[in-house]
Amino acid sequence: MRFAHRHLLGIEHLSQSDITAILDLAEKYVDMNRQSTKHSDVLSGLTQINMFFENSTRTQASFEIAGKRLGADVMNMAMQASSIKKGETLIDTAMTLNAMHPDLLVVRHPHSGAVDLLAQKVNCALLNAGDGKHEHPTQALLDALTIRRAKGRLHRLNIAICGDVAHSRVARSNLILLGKMENRIRLIGPPTLLPSQFAEFGAEIYDDMNEGLKDVDVVMMLRLQKERMDGGFIPSEREYYHRYGLDAAKLAQAKPDAIVMHPGPMNRGVEIDGTLADDINRSVIQEQVEMGVAVRMAAMELLARNLREAA
Amino acid sequence: MNNTLFTNARLIDPETGTDSPGWLHVSDGRIATRGEGAAPALEAQVVDCGGQCLAPGIVDIGVKVCEPGERHKESYKSAGLAAAAGGVTTIVTRPDTSPAIDTPESLEFVTRRAQADAPVNVLPMAALTKGREGREMTEIGFLQDAGAVAFTDCDHVIANTKVFSRALTYARACGALVIAHPQEPILSNGAAATSGKFAVLRGLPAVSPMAERMGLDRDIALLEMTGATYHADQITTARALPALERAKRNGLDITAGTSIHHLTLNELDVADYRTFFKVKPPLRSEDDRQAVIEAVRTGLIDTISSMHTPQDEESKRLPFEEAASGAVALETLLPAALRLYHVGQLDLPTLFRSMALNPAKRLGLGSGRLSEGAPADLVLFDPDVPFVLDRFSLKSKSQNTPFDGQRMQGKVTATFVAGQEVYRRP
Repeated sequence: MRFAHRHLLGIEHLSQSDITAILDLAEKYVDMNRQSTKHSDVLSGLTQINMFFENSTRTQASFEIAGKRLGADVMNMAMQASSIKKGETLIDTAMTLNAMHPDLLVVRHPHSGAVDLLAQKVNCALLNAGDGKHEHPTQALLDALTIRRAKGRLHRLNIAICGDVAHSRVARSNLILLGKMENRIRLIGPPTLLPSQFAEFGAEIYDDMNEGLKDVDVVMMLRLQKERMDGGFIPSEREYYHRYGLDAAKLAQAKPDAIVMHPGPMNRGVEIDGTLADDINRSVIQEQVEMGVAVRMAAMELLARNLREAA
Repeated sequence: MNNTLFTNARLIDPETGTDSPGWLHVSDGRIATRGEGAAPALEAQVVDCGGQCLAPGIVDIGVKVCEPGERHKESYKSAGLAAAAGGVTTIVTRPDTSPAIDTPESLEFVTRRAQADAPVNVLPMAALTKGREGREMTEIGFLQDAGAVAFTDCDHVIANTKVFSRALTYARACGALVIAHPQEPILSNGAAATSGKFAVLRGLPAVSPMAERMGLDRDIALLEMTGATYHADQITTARALPALERAKRNGLDITAGTSIHHLTLNELDVADYRTFFKVKPPLRSEDDRQAVIEAVRTGLIDTISSMHTPQDEESKRLPFEEAASGAVALETLLPAALRLYHVGQLDLPTLFRSMALNPAKRLGLGSGRLSEGAPADLVLFDPDVPFVLDRFSLKSKSQNTPFDGQRMQGKVTATFVAGQEVYRRP
């Protein structure tokens, strides 16, 4: 199977078979990661740099573990503390790193399109770890793998994505991926956090959560992105929780075997009931984290294969 | 003085709306006579136009020259050469420099620089409020005496309606033209794109096209209140057009312009965050673009401008949200406008009505026409010659054009200011 991409910038550029290839390879790594010895040498000799211009704990840790388990030399750069403060531009920073010959560059940036911009300038393979409100492809892939393992398939499912869609790159990447895999997608949220233009992507839009959750197979909750809001999207967190927070009563509208997902970190009691999030019969939130490492290993391996072929 | 006979020309006359073969005689910097068919025998230097188009030179309202403050982006010399190469014979400059042109002294500096360096006519505009901050009006009377042809805070909307209404009232007493940027400033704050499917897909902060109509509605109400003379710098959305139409029908002294980029590009051209396509207001939907073209055709929108805004590489090589807005366009204005001619949407007299006659009229200039006695500011161009634009061939100091690498059709052959040749294509 050939993965004909130099970078992983977004789900937008991937085909159905690209997505399936990443998920199939990731399955292999799920097994490996569950063994006591979890190491491979497929990235041995390659240098991976994680450049995070925005705070991240879990995604950065996930990429770091993924790289280390595959034998890459991994370096983390906390960009907020470094040259950006000295006035260096994004491109100059990237060019500086590029001169050190990294092979894999993992980038998160607060502005949409920043990773696409870097892709025009660097020689190495670039992985988008989230850019502004645009895309977060590895999150969508790990969500897809979680769904596929829980439901046995990744097509013809009714999937609800709920909450702060407007500010969410996770929602955009998932919307594109799940649409490409031919699922029926419902978006649920207050209209201030769910612009009507999302309907043009083939999703159904609901502002009533009870109605929207009827008979869905998958409930994906989104984090309320307080840090991206410049005020006044919702009246209060308690009203938001009342109308759009996932609790047992609202979940009862969904299919009895519907799974509950959340990309984390969670605001318990704001978008999701704490007990429900911890209910191992319904919540697959911990599995999502586990799948994250496997999916990132798979994505990096596929990009590294192309690098080695090109060399 | 000069005495030139242009023969074998295709005369584009926006006043009569005609496009016909003929000749034109220039004497002492003015158009002396003109006629159809073969030229009479006159004692003059003969320029054989070879059947190419001869039109009034373009009068471009809203050109940014970056003196004072950012001369590395554009100087009067480079802007003047670019204008000449683009068939623009009069540039009406914006005061959004740093510092802003808001005193007679700084206006005199600009005038001096322009006279020394630019081969085309330069008419400066001045800020309407000090520092373009929307708090205190500038010395409108003194600035007029110093040569300011209009007053504008450019893309800074004066949010305080009390300040704006007083400035409009005072400007009316001076007989001064006020140019404003119709936009609801709070709704459009931080926007880098027009809200719609494309902005959602790219995750860009977006503004509803309604912000333009709200801004225009407010300005129209203030015009009713004050009776001022007003020009909207850029109308770019379908939703703003009925308000403009009503205001004109009600007899308000209002005109409106649009930019060449909003006439020839739409939001999808931004594609993968191409920052050369970031302009202010942001590029609109195709429906809006078509509506604006139709409004230019009917004359509801009076003028087309380049909105020439030089930006250096550093301010454009940034993530889309952070990148500076604006595009250079003095040299691409005519070829881009000719796209609308080649697809059959606007004829040449209509284009030159919007690019030469109407802007000249609005500023009370005698140029922008081919009538006898008018200044001999002329552009000779071949509307058909095809080329691929190379941005590094531009004469501007900054080369931030969205048309880089694009196929275009139509080139300026020569440009004349007061009968003197200021540019000839090599």
